[in-house]
Amino acid sequence: MSSSVICDPQVEVDVRGPRFAAGITVVVLAVSLLTIGTAVAAVLLTIQTIVFGLGAFVGLKAQPYGIIFRKVVQPRIAPASEFEAIAPPRFAALVGFIFTAVALIGLATGVTAIAYIAVAFALAAAFLNSAFGFCLGCEMFLLGKRAFSRSVSV
Amino acid sequence: MGIVTMLGLVLVVSVLMVATAFGLWRKKTDGQMKSIAKYAPIPVADDDPEVDVVTASAGDHGGERLTAQMLGSALGERATIVQFSTAFCQPCRATRRILDEVATMIEGTNHVEIDAEAHLDLVRQLDIRRTPTVLVLDSRGMITKKAVGLPRKADVIAALGEVV
Repeated sequence: MSSSVICDPQVEVDVRGPRFAAGITVVVLAVSLLTIGTAVAAVLLTIQTIVFGLGAFVGLKAQPYGIIFRKVVQPRIAPASEFEAIAPPRFAALVGFIFTAVALIGLATGVTAIAYIAVAFALAAAFLNSAFGFCLGCEMFLLGKRAFSRSVSV
Repeated sequence: MGIVTMLGLVLVVSVLMVATAFGLWRKKTDGQMKSIAKYAPIPVADDDPEVDVVTASAGDHGGERLTAQMLGSALGERATIVQFSTAFCQPCRATRRILDEVATMIEGTNHVEIDAEAHLDLVRQLDIRRTPTVLVLDSRGMITKKAVGLPRKADVIAALGEVV
């Protein structure tokens, strides 16, 4: 995967921002999963897909949950002490976008099984990110390269 | 129940339970320095005199030796700490900090960081699946210890203590 989607590796963010965003995502995805087949799930998943898309394709500054963190939470908590590059959260948002988009397609075509599976996986990843700080999407990245890239020795 | 489906409820509960169990397991095993068993030749059980010995299982890197050429960097006099990193890897930066400090602290040890994407053949040969993966090599370049995930500084120092 080229780095054109994830630009500017120099920019850093407070690590708590993406974790907070993941927390909101967990709630949105859990409620979606509970209500699949109803309008509630369709609306929530549409919102979540847009949120992921903004984070992945526009940037973390455009990610709505991140904006909430910066405007509402950050002023009330201790100053940031740990920073991370923006690339991992943006990549995670891209992976999330793919899953929720697939779920929406499942809902739109009436194949709700797809929606159940896609949202379940997205929920698992968001929960692991929010509760444990793991970025599963990032880990898949290396496994994918191992399996699909020709051997390169630089 | 209203709009909440039974299947949805079951899935949410199951996903959260499984994810929690997995998360706790990862937290426990992450960064632990594991000793690599010594290379143990297993004689092949047939009469063919041409066949020499068979290596141990694929997961066992016992006896594997890394050279300066493979690493693109000189080995440490007494030990080398090899770190595999990728671009999308926040724990790798924290690992780099820790390993740099330890290598500076302990004489004769080098910290070598390898971009996994640029060394896929090495990644496949050594079965590196996640980053950061840290390998502790002795003075000859033999892999003696392996840690997957962010290691604790004390564990790195202890691992080096056994090697130098």
